[in-house]
Amino acid sequence: MGPDLYPAAVSGLRLDRLARAGVRATGLDIAAGSCASLSGPSGSGKTLLLRAIADLDEAEGEVWLDGQSRSGLSGPGWRRRVVYLAAESHWWARHVREHATDWQPQDLDALGFASEVLDWEVQRLSSGERQRLALARALAHAPEALLLDEPTANLDQTNTERVEALVADWRHRSNGCVLWVSHDPAQRARVADTHYEVCDGLLRSVDGD
Amino acid sequence: MATEPLIILSPFDLGLAALLVLLLAGLSWQLQLGIGRRMLIAAARSTVQLLLLGLVLKALFSTTNLWLVSALATLMLAVAGYEVMARQKHRLRGFWGYGTGALSMFLSSFSIALLALLVLVQPAPWYAPQYAIPLLGMLLGNTMTGVAVALDNLTRQTLEKRHEIEARLALGQMASEAIGDIRRDALRTGLIPIVNAMTTAGIVSLPGMMTGQILAGSPPMEAAKYQLLILFLIAAGTGLGSMAAVLLGSRRLFDARSRLRRDRLSG
Repeated sequence: MGPDLYPAAVSGLRLDRLARAGVRATGLDIAAGSCASLSGPSGSGKTLLLRAIADLDEAEGEVWLDGQSRSGLSGPGWRRRVVYLAAESHWWARHVREHATDWQPQDLDALGFASEVLDWEVQRLSSGERQRLALARALAHAPEALLLDEPTANLDQTNTERVEALVADWRHRSNGCVLWVSHDPAQRARVADTHYEVCDGLLRSVDGD
Repeated sequence: MATEPLIILSPFDLGLAALLVLLLAGLSWQLQLGIGRRMLIAAARSTVQLLLLGLVLKALFSTTNLWLVSALATLMLAVAGYEVMARQKHRLRGFWGYGTGALSMFLSSFSIALLALLVLVQPAPWYAPQYAIPLLGMLLGNTMTGVAVALDNLTRQTLEKRHEIEARLALGQMASEAIGDIRRDALRTGLIPIVNAMTTAGIVSLPGMMTGQILAGSPPMEAAKYQLLILFLIAAGTGLGSMAAVLLGSRRLFDARSRLRRDRLSG
């Protein structure tokens, strides 16, 4: 039935000639249940690429998730599956709890929070706490793929380990795929199976670190 | 009728009143309030505009021509649309910067004015300019305020809270959900002036139209009934207009794939 059927056989996240002002990407392929790292100098277009994959910005080309094309779903329908976690988390309601309906106690626990955190006011949280809770909030929305933009940038070592462990655990239990932007080579080696970098606005694969 | 005949104002009366504005401008200059110049310009504008309107209406009332009435109504709408746009700090780019306000005011003010003329007041003919023009003017003037405040609030808050909106979109929320709070808030601020006006009408403030009718010699009870009618029409017009503007405006802030389109807002 034509070329559209070919990607349907492939599970996981796949980019097909994705292009927007500032960055172009093709050949990115993340198998279900695995993690790819993304690196590149500041301002090279990593965030722009993540936003384009999540369909938060206009971009040419196509993205596939488990054989489902981005253009075949509504914007919100796609973004429910492919959740983008911005480097800085933003909160719109007064209390933590109001930001999701399906908070997972075991995820909060894995991030070092007791369930009472849900009744806290967002304003009282530190930026590190917000960053960790943003991951729990994303997982509470049951995504199938996660686009993480430096999710441990403001965290100490303990909390960085917690975040890394939770993401790995989530990948295994839900067979989800992850694209992880990180400046830290050691972290990239720890969390990801495949590695990519954005250089001069072009995405390319990087052979083992 | 046992009513008094209309007392004609002399140029001297008006000049004396204008002197008060001049005094105020002088005071503002003395106190360095920085509003004197704008006040004088506004006073001069209203002098020219109202005297011109008097001339135009005088000519219009002697003809009762539907096309002339429509032409004046269109001109009023065009200026109101411009005024709404000018009062916004962040405007929608392109046609919608003007079109959102103008279209919402057209939908609300014109339909309410038609309803009032055809069903409620029923002058003969229904477009008799003595009724149609003041009615539309009052509706447009008040709707304009509501629409301008609501739209300004909508665009300003959208810009301020764009990261929150995008955080919600990134989790799969629909555009209407992600901007729902802002929409409600914008609408509320647009409606506050007319709610306040209705609340204090007759106790704190004597509404302009009723004052005018009483000064012109109408029986107070008739003036009160007309004022009530106008207040209700204005409330409906402002409400509908603000709703239309907030709905049209917030739709334009997102595209078909529910992405926030910051690029469609200026500033």
